[in-house]
Amino acid sequence: MSFQPVKFYQTGTFTVGNRLLPPEERSVQAQTKRFNSINSGHRACQGCGEALGARYAVDAAMEAANGQLICANATGCLEVFSTPYPETSWQVPWIHSLFGNTAAVATGIAAALKVKQLKGERRDIRVVAQGGDGGTTDIGFGCLSGMFERNDDVLYICYDNGGYMNTGIQRSSATPPAARTATTLAVGDEPGNLFGQGKFVPAIAMAHEIPYVATATVADLRDLEAKVRRAMAIRGARYLHILVPCPLGWGTASHETIRIARLAKETGIFPVFEAEHGELKSVLAIRRPLPVEDYLKPQKRYAHLFAPKARLEVIARLQQLADRNIRRYGLLEGN
Amino acid sequence: MDKPFAITLDPGSSLANKTGSWRTFRPVYVDRLPPCNAACPAGENIQGWLYHAESGDYEQAWRALTENNPLPAIMGRVCYHPCQGACNRQFVDSAVGINAVERFLGDEAIRHGWAFEKPGKSSGKRVLVVGAGPSGLSAAYHLARQGHAVEIHEAGPMAGGMMRFGIPKYRLPRDVIDAEVRRIVDLGVTLKLDTKVANIAEAMQAGRFDAAFLAVGAHIGKRAFIPAADATRIVDAVSVLRSMEGEEKPMLGRRVVVYGGGNTAIDVARTAKRLGAEEAIIVYRRTREKAPAHDSEIEEALQEGVMVKWLSTIKQAAEGEITIEKMALDDKGFPQPTGEFENLAADSVVLALGQDVDLGLLEGVPGLEVKDGVVQVGPNMMTGHAGIFAGGDMVPSERTVTVAVGHGKKAARHIDAWLAGASYAPPPKHEVATFDKLNPWYYSEAPLQVRPVLDIIRRQSTFEEVVQGLDENNALFEARRCLSCGNCFECDNCYGVCPDNAVIKLGPGKRFRFNYDYCKGCGICVTECPCGAIRMVPEEN
Ligand SMILES: Cc1cc2nc3c(=O)[nH]c(=O)nc-3n(C[C@H](O)[C@H](O)[C@H](O)COP(=O)(O)OP(=O)(O)OC[C@H]3O[C@@H](n4cnc5c(N)ncnc54)[C@H](O)[C@@H]3O)c2cc1C
Ligand SMILES: Cc1ncc(C[n+]2csc(CCOP(=O)(O)OP(=O)(O)O)c2C)c(N)n1
Ligand code: SF4
Ligand SMILES: [Mg+2]
Repeated sequence: MSFQPVKFYQTGTFTVGNRLLPPEERSVQAQTKRFNSINSGHRACQGCGEALGARYAVDAAMEAANGQLICANATGCLEVFSTPYPETSWQVPWIHSLFGNTAAVATGIAAALKVKQLKGERRDIRVVAQGGDGGTTDIGFGCLSGMFERNDDVLYICYDNGGYMNTGIQRSSATPPAARTATTLAVGDEPGNLFGQGKFVPAIAMAHEIPYVATATVADLRDLEAKVRRAMAIRGARYLHILVPCPLGWGTASHETIRIARLAKETGIFPVFEAEHGELKSVLAIRRPLPVEDYLKPQKRYAHLFAPKARLEVIARLQQLADRNIRRYGLLEGN
Repeated sequence: MDKPFAITLDPGSSLANKTGSWRTFRPVYVDRLPPCNAACPAGENIQGWLYHAESGDYEQAWRALTENNPLPAIMGRVCYHPCQGACNRQFVDSAVGINAVERFLGDEAIRHGWAFEKPGKSSGKRVLVVGAGPSGLSAAYHLARQGHAVEIHEAGPMAGGMMRFGIPKYRLPRDVIDAEVRRIVDLGVTLKLDTKVANIAEAMQAGRFDAAFLAVGAHIGKRAFIPAADATRIVDAVSVLRSMEGEEKPMLGRRVVVYGGGNTAIDVARTAKRLGAEEAIIVYRRTREKAPAHDSEIEEALQEGVMVKWLSTIKQAAEGEITIEKMALDDKGFPQPTGEFENLAADSVVLALGQDVDLGLLEGVPGLEVKDGVVQVGPNMMTGHAGIFAGGDMVPSERTVTVAVGHGKKAARHIDAWLAGASYAPPPKHEVATFDKLNPWYYSEAPLQVRPVLDIIRRQSTFEEVVQGLDENNALFEARRCLSCGNCFECDNCYGVCPDNAVIKLGPGKRFRFNYDYCKGCGICVTECPCGAIRMVPEEN
């Protein structure tokens, strides 16, 4: 586990704050004077997990960098809903790159800042790059791999909502098997996205042996903040992959966003861990193990697994994938 | 235009975009009724006082508790805690040990000498309370705080009623009763001991009382006809327990048989054991499951060596021996005789078959209605005679200390209103915070803190208190197990989980407010509120 959980105090570190905890043990999000890096008035859907994940992550990075931070942002929902010209929700220096080159733009900013610092023109300013799963795992992947391989001093944050949500929910290489998207319809013998395709970029990032790789979800704020803090304490290429449920694309009720993210973690569908220099360092253990059905059922993108007749063999294959995660990352250990 | 190349507009803030207009439902903060509070016969705001105890402010907790119940150290020992039976935490692991924390607070108050705030201005009205049992004491406390001049007339030599003359010392030490009674007297209540009210109308007239609250309890032991030889000692349980308070301890002999299956039977049997009886056998005509005694007390008695003959009745008593008949349950669950007999050695038989009310003082009062031996009262606790109220064991009730205390409080409120020529309407009750309203994910793992128990040897030979109290650490831990059902405890979840920053944090103790300019009505805050203190309501238009 990436942080020292508070054992008790009624809710321990499960809740955002806790009136019984000393202020320094509360989360960044619990503070009255948090940065609110992405402010109200943005046009994200009701219950958007990406908007929430972005505030969690960037606020934590701002806190760690004392407000000395520049963000580069790939094209995608996060960029579109936050900055309809001339309005912006960002309360942090922020630049919109192209869809596929955010990692490269951030590398450039980091390089420029380094030069300025060497010349004595600037204090230490940190750089974050952020993008959706499409912008990260598909079109931006070349730039990202380059950034990793050169160990550029950038924290790259991928908000994974499992598809190209901004353009109408098309499949990406992060879309999970069996999920319905606009380009993997729930028709034919193998409805929804195919098994055996796609990629899990956190594992690929680990293969680059960069200083720090971590995954998180919007359901575990303390864990997410601790990972951002850890990442910001390190120099070089760092990668944080956050699972952010999308009510529109996943077909879930807007109030269920956090619950669904929690189910993804508790069923083992989405492993939450951190790694340094290619080696697994810790996992956020499953607290109350659940079958994958509990995660799949509330989502309309998996509706074809349950009606008109239950596709038990498909559910079993998804369970196998979850079980493999549990085994591979040791998600039931340390409980 | 002195803008950079290709820039035509100044950057604006998205705050210009009032996304609140998207909303079809809005979240609102609510206070729901915690199930513990809903179940408390004394109407305690349990979640409310636990809230203060959680932060270690025990005095504030005690003050919040005593708003409704002036006897926490007593309650924390003898209350059958229906609150814990209703507690939502039982669906997580096990119910909060509310009773144990209550006792801790009560003992803290005694240790530190915390006193009640003195009543404000006097109403000029005089109220007579008859009986210094829990119901009378509770009524006197509330009436005094409302500014009325209160006199308690108590027939016995000491206050406490059945708490002193019924409940044995090993469950309720007498210094605890003394301390909690003294605190009520210190409020300015006049307590007249050895003052039996023989006729209520005369007593009210003599003392120029404007109203009266009767709480004389039920003290006459019920009898059962048992054919017996002259030499057989047959006594009733209430008298035995009462004599425990006097100089001369009751003589029960070496082999004591107790007849009955209620808490009184258990208490007498356990008392007999402590007095040196080699055998204390309870004879009860139904099964353990059907016995009115609480299972925990049956268990404690069995641990101490009390024996029980379930499904048995006493047929006859001869000198030194009784005959019991075995019973069997019929289809409807009623015990029926089997014709199978057994003899038991017995030096005495103690009847613990319930108590009747001595209604002597009510003779000649017009309008009174008595049914099944108890005085009938309306929802306002008033008898059929205007100005005379009654509560506790003498009215239809479950006959517990807690119910008696609740009656006293309720009656005081109605007497207060009645004296002002008004009527008291209780505030509407909030919806109960049932378990489905909570999000239990957020509560950390925390096992119940168990109170230490006296070792068995001392339990069999002395009247030392059996169940001990929690220490500060355990009590604090236990208080913090509370889920705060239905009431905000400032965990900051709503403030954190809103994707639209539409929750305003108002600072410690001030809770939160929604910024409806930007709240889109997604409802995440409602789903992620651990304690169910937010509700979605449809927008009007
Ligand atoms: C052995 C035993 C154990 C019990 N254990 C428990 C327990 O663990 N938990 C629990 O919740 N309940 C218990 N109960 C029940 C509980 O004690 C009673 O329900 C409760 O005391 C009733 O309170 P009360 O104020 O109505 O009457 P009482 O407590 O009976 O008090 C009535 C008072 O009125 C006085 N009085 C009577 N007549 C007159 C008169 N004419 N003039 C002036 N004063 C008069 C009496 O002397 C007495 O002091 C127990 C009862 C018994 C008998
Ligand atoms: C080169 C290029 N191709 C296509 C697009 C259109 N486009 C804009 S956003 C987007 C999808 C974004 O998906 P993702 O990165 O997963 O972010 P999300 O919207 O899901 O958060 C696409 C295809 C583009 N802007 N640029
Ligand atoms: S958890 Fe607390 S508020 Fe809820 S029922 Fe139990 S004691 Fe009452
Ligand atoms: Mg996406």
